[in-house]
Amino acid sequence: MRLSRRSKLLLRVGSSLTLAFIYVPLMIIMVYAFNPSRTLTWPPSGLTLDWFGKALDNPGARDAFFTSVQVGLVATAIALLLGTLASLAVSRHRFFGRETISFLVILPIALPGIVTGVALNTTFTQVLGVDLSLFTIVVGHATFCIVVVYNNVIARLRRLSTSFEEAAADLGAGPWQTFRMVTLPNMRGALVAGALLAFGLSFDEIIVTTFTAGAGDQTLPIWIFTNFSRPNQLPIVNVVAVLVILISVIPVYLAYRLTRDEGTTGPATTAA
Amino acid sequence: MRADPRSARWAWLVVAGLSAFVAAFAVGCGSDDSGDTSGAPTELGAAEGEVNLVAWAGYVEDGSTDPKVDWVTDFEKETGCQVNVKIGNTSDEMVQLMRTGQYDAVSASGDATLRLIDGGDVAPVNTDLIPNYADVFDSLKDQPFNTVDGVNYGVPHGRGANLLMWNPDKVSGDPDSWDVVFDKSSDYSGSVTAYDNPIYIADAALYLMEHQPDLGITNPYELDQEQFDAAIALLKEQRKNIGEYWSDYTKEISAFANGDSTVGTTWQVIANLLEADGEKVKTTLPVEGSTGWSDTWMVSSEAKNPNCAYMWMDHIISPDANAQVAEWFGEAPANEKSCALTADANHCDIYHAADEDYFDQVFYWTTPVADCGDDRGDVCKTYDEWVQGWTEVKG
Amino acid sequence: MEAADALSSAPRRSAGRRLADLFHGRPRLQVSALLAGPVGWLVIGYIGSLVVLLAASFWTLGELSGEVEQTFTLDNYEQIVTEPVYRSIAARTVLIAALVTVTDALLALPLAFYMAKVAGPRAKGMLVVAVLMPLWSAYLVKVYAWRTILSEEGALNWALAPFGLDGPGYGNVAVWIVMSYIWLPYMVIPIYAGLERLPDSLLSASEDLGAHPGITFRRVILPLIFPAIVAGSIFTFSLTLGDYIAPQLVSSTQFIGTVVFANIANNLPLAAAFATVPIMVMVVYLLLARRLGAFEHV
Repeated sequence: MRLSRRSKLLLRVGSSLTLAFIYVPLMIIMVYAFNPSRTLTWPPSGLTLDWFGKALDNPGARDAFFTSVQVGLVATAIALLLGTLASLAVSRHRFFGRETISFLVILPIALPGIVTGVALNTTFTQVLGVDLSLFTIVVGHATFCIVVVYNNVIARLRRLSTSFEEAAADLGAGPWQTFRMVTLPNMRGALVAGALLAFGLSFDEIIVTTFTAGAGDQTLPIWIFTNFSRPNQLPIVNVVAVLVILISVIPVYLAYRLTRDEGTTGPATTAA
Repeated sequence: MRADPRSARWAWLVVAGLSAFVAAFAVGCGSDDSGDTSGAPTELGAAEGEVNLVAWAGYVEDGSTDPKVDWVTDFEKETGCQVNVKIGNTSDEMVQLMRTGQYDAVSASGDATLRLIDGGDVAPVNTDLIPNYADVFDSLKDQPFNTVDGVNYGVPHGRGANLLMWNPDKVSGDPDSWDVVFDKSSDYSGSVTAYDNPIYIADAALYLMEHQPDLGITNPYELDQEQFDAAIALLKEQRKNIGEYWSDYTKEISAFANGDSTVGTTWQVIANLLEADGEKVKTTLPVEGSTGWSDTWMVSSEAKNPNCAYMWMDHIISPDANAQVAEWFGEAPANEKSCALTADANHCDIYHAADEDYFDQVFYWTTPVADCGDDRGDVCKTYDEWVQGWTEVKG
Repeated sequence: MEAADALSSAPRRSAGRRLADLFHGRPRLQVSALLAGPVGWLVIGYIGSLVVLLAASFWTLGELSGEVEQTFTLDNYEQIVTEPVYRSIAARTVLIAALVTVTDALLALPLAFYMAKVAGPRAKGMLVVAVLMPLWSAYLVKVYAWRTILSEEGALNWALAPFGLDGPGYGNVAVWIVMSYIWLPYMVIPIYAGLERLPDSLLSASEDLGAHPGITFRRVILPLIFPAIVAGSIFTFSLTLGDYIAPQLVSSTQFIGTVVFANIANNLPLAAAFATVPIMVMVVYLLLARRLGAFEHV
């Protein structure tokens, strides 16, 4: 599509403004990470690297980080399994209530977190008599992560022609073999993208987690929430946030490369 | 790949029926509120290795806020009980947390204690197992908010009053009355602050006790419809001048530091922290008196670490620890012997630790119940009505 | 000889093969097996919890004890419908959710279009990473950063001071800004994906027929990516509808989430009743979204 110079310019300006809107607050967080004062006033009173040292030393932050990673991995694994199963069923078969599945799957994420959190909490503690623990956190996270995997995989499956699978069957492959050798490799990008998004969701989730976490369980968001109440820890929280952002570049970039190579993102579009 | 509608439909019906069954089962079972009402232990066993506490900010300091402020590390070394603390920002949060049964002890204010006792979330306490209890001020023992039918449910932590705080650069003169946040709050419109909790209605009622004596309010927690409506009306007026409410203490700290709030109700510890950061603030107990709190350490009825809980309670009311926390938080200690150990020799005088007349002026947080406690009968507003009133005030 | 032997003898059926045979030609069995896990999890686990919550909304508190009593009553619903404060809180929340959605759509469109159609492959990769990265920075930290930015002596007032202007401070406007900020990536990605799927040939055809870019955008692009916009809006709308943390940090006004949260400990039935409001709003929204095709290609 040929755009006039003026249109391109307007587009560039609009995009830059949006990007600036996204990144200025993040820059401010970074500046505060170097701020010596405990209370966050603007402009900051100076620069110091002290907080970085304290953050890396802080056992609470480290433990919370690893707990979040653990919870995220397990929840993502469950979401991958259930999301893939559901999308296979919906894309490859026709049955009563097929449209409802999409609706059902998106419900945990479409309903406000506080509703999901309170509902799960009431069920766990009052009805099932289960203690809140990492297990209950994982259950909560997996529930709203299913949709992310489901959406990615089903979009891919819809574009994947069934003729490959039928050809494999004709050549004598059993269903599991077909799945492993034909379907799965073609879905890989979607699975990875879904897994990364699901992990990201789980890693940053606070509301449902607050209601499903046990007394001593601290995921990173819970740790951050608790430490906002401790004046001396505020700057450390900023440092931790900055570190997490920087670390996250790697998986995000990987996700992008994997989905792009697969052509999941559609026809090549190097426009004029 | 043909679908068979009939059997698929049947499968869906099974699924639907199963979930309905599960839900009905769930509803039928409902919640079991009675909790574990076993009596207090008669002797202490060995320390379990950890204790999970719910506490007000500043009550359980282990050096992470300020390296010089630490009365936890010694305790952990002596008893081997690793302390894990969850800060409750309001009494409501504390009640909620204790109901999960996942904590061992809580420092509950008077507006939480009765709810916890009634709900079976806390167990009676055998004060014989707490040696330091003997040295607690007599006037704090066996109080109606923590002793029911002669049964003790906890040990006193300390007591104090809510104060009026202001930024001397922005507020002229030295206010000595709550009118700066009520009738005269328009002078500081947009930067008045107040505690974001329904219990603050009592502060309005307290103000009306002095300024509208016709209403006949004698106890700011026992309000009949007319008195309650007057308090709500006053708060709605105040709302117009409020910059922001504070529900956790770091919010008030950042609000005063950033200039978003210049006058309002506070705890002494907040003023202490602001001054430590170089901000200018002043505090006072206004002439009308104030609401306040007298906190009690209580043990959960489902405590997994009851022995460590008892050891903690004994430690926190020991003369040295109690002196430290009273000074850090800015309240009167519960232990008589603490007065000799405070860094500031005048601490107990300043906080009127032994001054019963003073504390007659302070109306401790307590749970509003229907029983007015006088000849009006059962017409007073209950706490859930206070919650709804507060929702109305905030709008 | 060997070939004939090989052809005549049946291949050994492994356990896996036998299991596969069981499913062969029985599509409903296949479907049931595939769906057992997800549907079981979601229906029994999740929907079941929602039903419990719904049941709680019909309960009440004891007169004097203040404890939850499981007697059926419609009082809670009556209260939230008749008392003006609850109605205004609900209306305010829905309004801000709608505003946030529209704002995010407007902010996302130019960026997504640039990323999909104008940027070269290297730039495209970097931009996608750039848009996704904020998703990984903690929600709480971002809200707190905005709290400091919007405060009296914060960065916004500091930046506007030379122009003699004042920032909005805390309040509804602050909530609108912060929510638009936080959920923006959730809107950019679906729109970007939708634009990527749009074949360039359509755009070229439109151009060949003499339409200038504005017309092409309005008549060709917008209708085609509208489902993607709706899909993104599901997130922005629902996430705003249920949030209680951000409103508490950058305003003193109450939203549905704040009221539910405040009442959970003392008055679970009322909290549950009020919590059904966002559920109903979202169900209606989802049904509308399905109508508009958001679930077709996500």
